[in-house]
Amino acid sequence: MRSRLEWPLWEVFVRARRGLSHVHVGSLHAPDAEMAVRNARDLYTRRQEGVSIWVVPADHLTASSPDEKDAFFDPAADKIYRHPTFYSVPEGVEHL
Amino acid sequence: MYGTDVSAPSVDQPAPTHQPDPANDGGRPDADRLAADFQAIIDGEGRIEPRDAMPDAYRRSLIRQIAQHAHSEIIGMQPEANWISRAPSLRRKAILMAKVQDEAGHGLYLYAAAETLGADRADLLDLLHTGRQKYSSIFNYPTLTWADMGAIGWLVDGAAIVNQVPLCRCSYGPYARAMVRVCKEESFHQRQGFEILNLLSHGSTAQHAMAQDAVDRWWWPSLMMFGPPDDKSPNSAQSMAWGIKRFSNDDLRQRFVDMTVPQSEALGLSLPDPDLRWNDARGHYDIGEIDFTELFDVIKGNGPCNAQRMDRRRKAHEDGAWVRDAATAYAAKQRGSGSSETAA
Repeated sequence: MRSRLEWPLWEVFVRARRGLSHVHVGSLHAPDAEMAVRNARDLYTRRQEGVSIWVVPADHLTASSPDEKDAFFDPAADKIYRHPTFYSVPEGVEHL
Repeated sequence: MYGTDVSAPSVDQPAPTHQPDPANDGGRPDADRLAADFQAIIDGEGRIEPRDAMPDAYRRSLIRQIAQHAHSEIIGMQPEANWISRAPSLRRKAILMAKVQDEAGHGLYLYAAAETLGADRADLLDLLHTGRQKYSSIFNYPTLTWADMGAIGWLVDGAAIVNQVPLCRCSYGPYARAMVRVCKEESFHQRQGFEILNLLSHGSTAQHAMAQDAVDRWWWPSLMMFGPPDDKSPNSAQSMAWGIKRFSNDDLRQRFVDMTVPQSEALGLSLPDPDLRWNDARGHYDIGEIDFTELFDVIKGNGPCNAQRMDRRRKAHEDGAWVRDAATAYAAKQRGSGSSETAA
């Protein structure tokens, strides 16, 4: 069996409609960026699920940390004063 | 990041704070903590994501299941592709082509999900092509008449939907997300099949007979798609404990029977089981004994089309090699990385 598939992996992001962000929908293999966009259209938007596609080589993504369950996000945990519900408002005060 | 990060430091490597010991896994307390984290996510009905630590057995089991699911989608293109050129109208051709394209798409979603676990796409295809991984035995039955396109859509895709809907809540995130897409797309598959049978069944006598013949041949193989009975399904308990499988084989089979029998009545077609009847006490339909020796025989490779499906699949892969090679060469040329010709 010649020609093993060794095309790079691309992550695919689709904007469902104007006004929304691109959202990650999955990944695929393609030899280059142009083919990745075409393959992404055929694979992820067969039913008009998008108006715009981004493809990014998977090995160009940098993630926050190898273990998604670590202390990286902990500093935000004890800062509840960043939320409006932290503050007490006297009865009857509106538009605040 | 999907697919390429399973070699990240958190996985399969001893924690750096412990002295690596080749005799064991080198970090027992850490392994215990990771196992506890994993179990806590499972117990809390959370989703395991690619970068999470997970037991090797969970990873291996998922890769095998997702890969075989992907292979089934790809092989499943064949019985219907056979009928594209002979579909009775342009409308039916367009529908059938869209369905076969969807099956290819489903295979690709699933291969991509398997890759998030560290599997290699080319390896998975090799495993299929060399017969070391299986695909659903339902695709080893032949599609003899146009009515088979109806029976496959109605019964085979109907059974697949019953199997797949609970997988949308599977504990492994990428598999669950792939299944959400698949299930959305499957419902058109089932309806177009029902429509084919409904037209034939209410058409001429010969058309009705053709529809009945197709249902007679596909009913039992469809019931076998749910796998062996619960007491003969050794991996089910572990799969349920991991939140991969949500309902037992027999429960899903019962669900399929209960929803399909009334549909057969609407079609005006009978199901080939003299013991099929409503059981008031159970609130379900009872069915006759399923001949699982046939299922295991087909799985072993003795079905009517096993060899044909594999030959066709390997040939399609070989025949597409020049296209893949050309695209690779073109990409290299566009990158300007010197010669587009690389030694084989």
